[in-house]
Amino acid sequence: MVTIDWRIRRLGQAVFTVWAVITLSFALVRMLPGNMMGAMITRLARQGINPARARELVEYRMTIDPDAPLLPAYLSYVSETLQGNLGQSVFYSRPVVDVLAEALPWTLFVLSWAVFISFFIGITIGALMAYWEGGKLDIGLTSYAIMMGSIPFYVLAILLLILLSYRLGWFPTGGRQPIATDPGFNLTYISGIVTHAALPVLSMLVASGVASLGMRGNSIRVLGEDYLRVARLRGLSDITISTQYVARNAVLPMYTTLLISIGEMFGGSIVLEQVFQYRGVGWYMLSATHQRDYPLMMGGFMVITVAMVISLLLADLTYGYVDPRARRSQ
Amino acid sequence: MTRNSETPTDDDERMDFENAIVSDSDTDANERIETDGGVGTPFEVVSEYEETRRDRYRKLYDAYVHAPISIIWRDWRARIGFTIVAIYLLMGIVGPLIVEPTSVTEGPALAAPFETMEYPLGTDNQGRDLLSQTVHSTSTILKMVLSGAVFTVGIGTIVGSIAGYKGGMTDTVLSSITDVFINIPGFPLVMVLGLMFDDQILGNPYAIGILLSVASWGGLARAIRSQMLTLREESFVEASQAMGIGTSTIVFKEIVPHLMPFVVINLTNAGRKVIFEAVALYYLGILPFQDLNWGSILNQAYGANAHARPDAIHWFLVPMFAIVFISVGLTLLGQSLDRVFNPRVRARHEKTTADVEGEGDGETQTQDAMGV
Repeated sequence: MVTIDWRIRRLGQAVFTVWAVITLSFALVRMLPGNMMGAMITRLARQGINPARARELVEYRMTIDPDAPLLPAYLSYVSETLQGNLGQSVFYSRPVVDVLAEALPWTLFVLSWAVFISFFIGITIGALMAYWEGGKLDIGLTSYAIMMGSIPFYVLAILLLILLSYRLGWFPTGGRQPIATDPGFNLTYISGIVTHAALPVLSMLVASGVASLGMRGNSIRVLGEDYLRVARLRGLSDITISTQYVARNAVLPMYTTLLISIGEMFGGSIVLEQVFQYRGVGWYMLSATHQRDYPLMMGGFMVITVAMVISLLLADLTYGYVDPRARRSQ
Repeated sequence: MTRNSETPTDDDERMDFENAIVSDSDTDANERIETDGGVGTPFEVVSEYEETRRDRYRKLYDAYVHAPISIIWRDWRARIGFTIVAIYLLMGIVGPLIVEPTSVTEGPALAAPFETMEYPLGTDNQGRDLLSQTVHSTSTILKMVLSGAVFTVGIGTIVGSIAGYKGGMTDTVLSSITDVFINIPGFPLVMVLGLMFDDQILGNPYAIGILLSVASWGGLARAIRSQMLTLREESFVEASQAMGIGTSTIVFKEIVPHLMPFVVINLTNAGRKVIFEAVALYYLGILPFQDLNWGSILNQAYGANAHARPDAIHWFLVPMFAIVFISVGLTLLGQSLDRVFNPRVRARHEKTTADVEGEGDGETQTQDAMGV
């Protein structure tokens, strides 16, 4: 019973978060001084559209009625948003949902590979470093981790772009799919997608450095525990101790870090997609920001948030399987 | 094992600490405040913690100031880390006084680095000296780091430790707030907010630091909370509860010290993150800027297609090097501080002295700690 209650509560938290973000975006659009709606109306009016028509247009695009009292405007905005109507992109003259739905799979494709690879590497390296703390392996891998952890992913991205694309020509310099190939399940197209995604994924590998340093710290903390001394006295092998005892107990905080880094990577995808001109959600959100295309900008913000809420929810529901202590304390 | 060798000193520590309470705790505490003022290092977290528990000052001085300093100077990571951070502090404070600000067409366009003494790091496509640009952006970046790191870690630690320990309704409320901030992707949020408040943050690095912390305290708060969930099950906490010690005393006196390594590492991490995000926002051209900084140099370089031109590569490399180098310094510092605070030994000391300590007037003082 207890676990069921907890899951329902966690689901409630996710719903609460989505509601909070919708409310926040409403507040940002409608309430702030020098607000975006005013700016849009002025811009349309300057193009010779009469003010009343401009207001209607803005209302249609933003799904917020600028003249309605606060509460009705808010309620209709929430209901429109929940029905999947995020308004109309000013720049592309298409529904925001269509623009983003087409871009989202590309972002998820790159991110899932980046998260998976970097954490697999990070946790493995961190555990190794901690177990042979102070040894040659530790010093060598620490240098690697410090270098990787100290390079912002976008710096690595630009360097990779310069070196591997512009100088060596091994990878395409931008875009997300080969231009001259028909989309479909043929080898050229698929390999084209992979080579276009390779550099963004490689850039995210810097996260493995951060992860391994965190894992190293946690593992060292665990290494002081009495049960490890007992395990050694029992004559268990190094491998058994490091995998069964140290890694399992050090991984809980890492699991939390993993969840959070998914979020950071979602945010980071904006910079990355700009560097590689990779047309994912981040790329659209950034270009919307530059063009002051507010519906698309807020829509991108909301889609990134919802994607994150869902992935965090899924990960949280599996939390108890990683560390039984967490399940007990829930 | 070396860890065992510390045990015999426990009694001495206890004696020291009792003497400290009886005789000179107050004067020492005053001295402490004075000597600590204005030290801009990650040690601040520790000193904050010392100040609010004056009666334990003497023991903590040995454990957290005297011992660490001697350990630090034996650790190569700390020496390099401190040196690098000191170089940047110098560059940020003294640099602008020595190096003249640069202007358009001061030199030839895209002069290569290391060729003339006049432009040691070369120039950009408008003939501006890159060395001067880099030096002058340092103080701005340092201000962002200071305000951003302090706000992020402060809020994160307080919210996380209270939520994790208290449980129940408090946890639900605080965790819901934390969850909202974790679930809202930080970078896009800051992007949107930066656009909204561009008047307020123009030319105010402290405001940008705070803006960046809005989105980044949540992760730390949750990490602290999950550590707290395991720590509160430990026997020494149960013992304290059985003795009827107040909640805030247990949290901030018994448990938070166990999280210190975590918090200190996060302070340097938060500083690094502020640099990364601020530079990224300037690179993307979202934040408004009056003076050039590392991010806006990158922005102009990318805008001028420097990545596709072999002769302009230094335009990218100079600001990149500035970012990576300070980041290496902060990472090394975090690593070495981890080593200093981490030993299980220290945790054992905390446990043993906690039993002798009793309630005293710790209650009121930890209230101060919560207020900070």
